[in-house]
Amino acid sequence: MADSAGTAPPKPSSSVKLVLLGEAAVGKSSLVLRFVNNDFQENKEPTIGAAFLTQKSHLPHRTIKFEIWDTAGQERFASLAPMYYRNAQSALVVYDLTKPTSLVKAKHWVAELQRQASPGIVIALVGNKLDLTSSSDETPETTIAASGGEEGTEGADAAEEENGDARKISTKEGREYAEEEGLLFFETSAKTGKNVQEVFTAIANAIPETQMKTTKGAGAAGGGTQSALGAERVNLNKRPEGAKEGCAC
Amino acid sequence: MGHDSEESAATSNGGTAADGGHDISPPQGENRGDPAIEDTAAATKELGVHVEPSAPSQSSSTSRRLGDEHRPPLPPRPGTLDILKEGNHNTGGTSQRSKQSARPNLQSTATIALSRTDIHTQSYPDGSRETYAASAETTPPSKPAGVFGSIKRFKGLSGSEGGDSASVRSYAPTLEAGGDAESLLGEVLGASQEVPAWKLLSTQYEAPDPFDTFMFEDNEATVDFYREFDELRGGESGEQNEEQQLTQWQSKRKHFLILSSAGKPIYNRHGDDNLISGYIGMIQTIISFYEGANDHLKGFTAAGARFVIMSQGPLYLVAISKLGENDAQLRVQLEALYMQILSTLTLPTLTHLFANRASTDLRRPLQGTEPLLSALADTFTRGSPPTLLSALECLKVRKSQRQVINDTLLRTRCDTLLYGLIVASGRLVSVVRPRKHSLHPSDLQLIFNMLFEARGVKAGGGENWIPLCLPGFNKNGYLYMYVSFVSASEGHGEEPDDDRNETEHQDEIAVLLISANKESFYDLRTMKDTLVKELEKNDSMAIIKSAVRRGRPAATDIVPGTVLRHFLYKSRANVQFTMPSYEPHFTTLLDRRRLLSLYHTLHANVHAKNAHLKVQHCIRRESVSLAWVTPLFELYCVAGPHSTRNALAQSANKVVQWVRREEERVFIIGGAVF
Repeated sequence: MADSAGTAPPKPSSSVKLVLLGEAAVGKSSLVLRFVNNDFQENKEPTIGAAFLTQKSHLPHRTIKFEIWDTAGQERFASLAPMYYRNAQSALVVYDLTKPTSLVKAKHWVAELQRQASPGIVIALVGNKLDLTSSSDETPETTIAASGGEEGTEGADAAEEENGDARKISTKEGREYAEEEGLLFFETSAKTGKNVQEVFTAIANAIPETQMKTTKGAGAAGGGTQSALGAERVNLNKRPEGAKEGCAC
Repeated sequence: MGHDSEESAATSNGGTAADGGHDISPPQGENRGDPAIEDTAAATKELGVHVEPSAPSQSSSTSRRLGDEHRPPLPPRPGTLDILKEGNHNTGGTSQRSKQSARPNLQSTATIALSRTDIHTQSYPDGSRETYAASAETTPPSKPAGVFGSIKRFKGLSGSEGGDSASVRSYAPTLEAGGDAESLLGEVLGASQEVPAWKLLSTQYEAPDPFDTFMFEDNEATVDFYREFDELRGGESGEQNEEQQLTQWQSKRKHFLILSSAGKPIYNRHGDDNLISGYIGMIQTIISFYEGANDHLKGFTAAGARFVIMSQGPLYLVAISKLGENDAQLRVQLEALYMQILSTLTLPTLTHLFANRASTDLRRPLQGTEPLLSALADTFTRGSPPTLLSALECLKVRKSQRQVINDTLLRTRCDTLLYGLIVASGRLVSVVRPRKHSLHPSDLQLIFNMLFEARGVKAGGGENWIPLCLPGFNKNGYLYMYVSFVSASEGHGEEPDDDRNETEHQDEIAVLLISANKESFYDLRTMKDTLVKELEKNDSMAIIKSAVRRGRPAATDIVPGTVLRHFLYKSRANVQFTMPSYEPHFTTLLDRRRLLSLYHTLHANVHAKNAHLKVQHCIRRESVSLAWVTPLFELYCVAGPHSTRNALAQSANKVVQWVRREEERVFIIGGAVF
């Protein structure tokens, strides 16, 4: 639906900063790869640091250019996260439907974003790896699966795994948490592409027009965050201008 | 440029390769005749387990003697079979015997028995060999009992080392002696009859270095080399599966293990923890046994594999190699793995983690680093000239063109920039750096490994912002690296993989901008945009791309008509090296590994501590090679078999002349400094 709309001459275009957060190996980079290149790689190597990608999304009334920060999920990179979400208008907090700890981590991220990110930030909670769950093929998971999901948590765990269902977190559990916190909620598969476009479109729609910038925000705004990494930063005492907490704007 | 015109100059010039003052035209005195005898004799050749303690003294021979002290000479062996066993279970005595003399079988102490015994040598299929004595006078060769009887007597005369004794005859075996031994042993041992006499003869000369035989002769051992990098996989389930996996694990030629001094596994190249936990425990026990005695274990040999251990603070790094590298070379590789760990964590973090809790499981903080470590490990297993030489390779570009690129980098430089690099297919194109800081080759190796060997960064597709510590620069803190790839292919989409498997990362140009400021991503990104635009405008980008596509020149392009198949030239002052294309002679993984193994041997020989070796000419069945070291450069050349020494030397001279002529093209001299 995004592509067909590109006829009317000059649609207002604006850019949206989006950051992906979540535990390691939940599929953040794969979601982005699916969204940006419509591609999928098995056994993708872990992201190091963060990757920056851009992708345009055409909505009926405007074009949105996503500037995406795909961050690494490993613990040691966590202290760098503030610099990525600081000016972000939207965030994708991703967990792995087959891994309960990843939802715990996702909740931490949501809490941190609500505490520290800009107030109007649009947060989407995304349960990824839907392809590993048995009910993924037909049912539009986002609307119906609440009942099917219940079984996942209550009794039938073992039985479901025999059916090839590795789901450990029910749709209901994710949805209820999302509603509590006022988040968008999706279950996706980067592998099959299911619901991936929808996530980004929903985010684009959820961002009020007033928040859109027509020009890119100057990136490095203020060096407020003192992180473990920052504290150990190399100090080039011989070249002071290159080294200090410099704010570039 | 006009090769023809220079041809004559080159030949007239042939005798005076002035650089290091070492003429390379075959001087009898300088060349060590047959390195297999003289030079590699000093290399490790124990077959049995042999431990080198790290006492600070250190000619290798003394340390070996110390090693021998762990095993006192064996008492006289009454039984006949002991002697036969000895060949397989070689003890300390063997290394003592073989270490110093060029004729491993000669015992230094003369014995009375000399006049009465014939010494015969038996080769076992595994390359070990046994020498024993037979009294020709008293015993008919066909009567085994008599043979052993004579040995007993012999032993009575010469003490416990009787079995190791040899006579002059053993050094100059004749065909008749060989034939004798064969018939004898055919009965006694049931040994293979088809061992030809010449092999008996050659075993007298050749060091029983398991690595030596591996490289070019033992095809069976290398045939499945391409499987080296496969993952372990077994049957469906259960014990059988594990057994299969273990067999596969053992068949790998090279292993790297990293564990904490508390014995927690941190990284291993092959197999999962369950599979190898037993080995980890063993290794840790062995190491800590010596640590306990305040005697740091550096390495040992067992079952044809060399174990090298490096202890770095709270970490033990272990390399296990059947590929013939020597300790120093393996140590360089371990060092690189350690640097990768530091690059991920920084030294203060690492020490802090272990200071807090000695039993820290480092795998969690290192999470995500395994692909980088494995990429490094595999590079080492494949064989890596940059690692061997500890040097960098540059993209060959005209001096003026490189100057333009340098200037562009300088002009577009932003304030927060520390280092700026342009790298094309793993080769450096240009650098800008502050006057006071140079770049350490080992740091660049880590970066190149991350970008070009591990696929993670590139696969993401976007621009990257990577915190990393460059230990050579400062092991205490992080720098931040902006990375962006520019494709060099330009629509030349076809045949990148089949024709040029030389480097899989053939067509990638990377712009790396490094800053100490973690907030400077957008600055550097802007800089990169302008930089690329400028480079496109002044045609530099096209020049880089075409240089990348051209690849390395073949050896015959560099020296027309040369016998050389490949060479490595390292400029010591620039810490850079250059080499020709692997093609057409070294197209497969195995070919290249063999080539690199040969380079490793040459490198080990000329860098042996007590060698003082300037030129080494080495003849093997498969190749003729030359190592030539001067204060200015190191040159390693390989030619096909049967090449004459003269031709090889001449080609080597021409390579040196070529490099001198092209120096500012193949190397980056100075670079752009601000």
